[in-house]
Amino acid sequence: MQIARFETGHKGDILTLDIFGDWTARHVGGIDAALRKFADKTIGRELIINLKEMKGLDTAGAMMIQRTFHSCQDRTHKSAIVGAEPGQESLLRQVLGHLEPCQIDPPQDSPFVTMLYRTGAGVSGVYYSTLELLNFIGLTLVTMMKVMVNPRRWRLASIAHHMEETGLNAVPIVGLMSFLIGAVVAFMGAKVLQQFNAQVFVVELVGIAVLREFGVLLAAILTAGRSGSAFTAQIGSMKIREEIDALRVLGLDPVEVLIVPRTIALVIMLPVLSFLAAALGIIGGGLAAWATMDISPALFMARTQEMVVLDNFWAGIIKAPFFAFVIAVIGCFQGMEVEGSAESLGQRTTLSVVQALFLVIVLDAFFAMFFLELNF
Amino acid sequence: MTKETAIIQGQNASSDQVSDQLSRAEHDHIIEVRGLRNQFGNFIVHDELDLNVRRGEIIGVVGGSGTGKSVLMRSIIGLKRPSKGIVKIFGHDFYGASSKEKIGIEQRWGVLFQGGALFSSMTVAQNVMAPLRAHLHLPDELARDIAALKISMAGLPPESGDKFPSELSGGMKKRAGLARALALDPEMVFLDEPTAGLDPIGAAQFDDLIVNLRNTMGLTVFMVTHDLDSLHAACDRIAVLSDKKVIVNGPIDEVRKLDHEWIQRYFSGPRGRAAVVAKDPNHVEDFKEKRSVIA
Repeated sequence: MQIARFETGHKGDILTLDIFGDWTARHVGGIDAALRKFADKTIGRELIINLKEMKGLDTAGAMMIQRTFHSCQDRTHKSAIVGAEPGQESLLRQVLGHLEPCQIDPPQDSPFVTMLYRTGAGVSGVYYSTLELLNFIGLTLVTMMKVMVNPRRWRLASIAHHMEETGLNAVPIVGLMSFLIGAVVAFMGAKVLQQFNAQVFVVELVGIAVLREFGVLLAAILTAGRSGSAFTAQIGSMKIREEIDALRVLGLDPVEVLIVPRTIALVIMLPVLSFLAAALGIIGGGLAAWATMDISPALFMARTQEMVVLDNFWAGIIKAPFFAFVIAVIGCFQGMEVEGSAESLGQRTTLSVVQALFLVIVLDAFFAMFFLELNF
Repeated sequence: MTKETAIIQGQNASSDQVSDQLSRAEHDHIIEVRGLRNQFGNFIVHDELDLNVRRGEIIGVVGGSGTGKSVLMRSIIGLKRPSKGIVKIFGHDFYGASSKEKIGIEQRWGVLFQGGALFSSMTVAQNVMAPLRAHLHLPDELARDIAALKISMAGLPPESGDKFPSELSGGMKKRAGLARALALDPEMVFLDEPTAGLDPIGAAQFDDLIVNLRNTMGLTVFMVTHDLDSLHAACDRIAVLSDKKVIVNGPIDEVRKLDHEWIQRYFSGPRGRAAVVAKDPNHVEDFKEKRSVIA
């Protein structure tokens, strides 16, 4: 293997170019710039390219030779490529018709126009995607109603499957997380409460925080990350492979077949997960209180029963179905919006999690204000 | 039938004759598959499969559905490790090679997958430039020129360079996939059903393109296909997969004459006859005779 190189010279008026070494894609990288410079000189002049000393040639090398040769436009007299072996000659002929450059990158406007365009697209995008999302929520609700009244259209197998996927399989992670959060709340609370000699209030702190907020929020956040994204990816890849279209032409409503079972499953399972999260959060808090402040489990439980009234539990768990509905609908909505490429699937999956989390938190804030007004 | 051109394993060539031929022809075999066994769980797709591909030929692999044509191709290109047997390509045992050697081997072949398998987030030209950028340190300008060349050689118009795969028709995707497969000027290309899903005009053009590239670039082509027209128009030799083996590997005229049930049904069905007529109208008589004999 020899590195590609060339030598230039002239015979009277005629430029000469002698080619040496391997003119293959692997070896021509270093001389491209020099060859282009040389080609600028040949414009309008006669040129003889000598391939006698050349070792190897592939289409990349042949393209470079032809490109250089074609830069001398006055080829009426003595311009020629000489010394090519038959195989190399046919390669040179082969590339001849294919020298036209082509567009590589997608067309781009000036940065200013692009900025304007993106700003506009962003603003109108918010408007239209909100409209579409509302439309989709309505569609899902209507379809759910229709399915409800007709028990034969309950897809129990599908619902059970999604309940297992989104609920049962999430138990270990949701349980562990809320156990740890409960313990952390107890630890942090203990530190502050100790200063006032009011350690025993850690029971109320843990009980109320976990029941009202942390349990359900943790369950919802983990579900948005686990299941919302999975819904988008499942439905999105079905969209890419035209499976959604196949459902439609078979007379099946994709909303009824795919989205309603997922939504129902999540609406059933998220309250269950929230309950589990709350219970384990309290256990975690109790153990932490026992470990750091010597509040015995018996005392902790007794005080929880006495001070943390049932209202707190209901205030938390009532939010779960609403969160579940939002997570499921956003996940499915973003899945249906996937178009064409793998990149779009990735973007939509990200969007689905971000939007679901955002809406869950917003909804939670509304609930907090609502309960405040109600003194609940 | 000469033994040079058609080797029927285990039928009329004794094993030492076969090995004798092999040792003579070994140096110009670009692919050698020996004793290949592929299985999924308990389902055995290939067993004791042997196959040779010679340098510079276009070999068409045919077989009924589920005979493992694509699996064979995937075993050769390193995507499906066989449970037994040796795959030698360019003289190297691929599955025994070090990862550095593998990268070297992989740069010497190009693969066209059935749907094109273009990277959907890149334009056609960026797709073609991807292997150039990954393996060669070329100035960007040169890489662009090479990409344009390959796109044009694959029969795509220059304005398709900045299109995304989702904007292309099925035939254009295949051409773009071929352009990417040819980016590094490989010695060998693997084509998985290159003409499936193309209209007859596009399919014929694709066959011409492949033959033309073979003739000018000295490519070796390994083609999995069901297209009888391509088999006639493009392939030098046909390997027939059946009963977990390559039952025959030879020029089409010899394969067609073989007394094997599947081969006879394959080549003598209405499509098979039409393909022969399309290639050479003089064959009409020949087939009429044959049918009367069978009847």
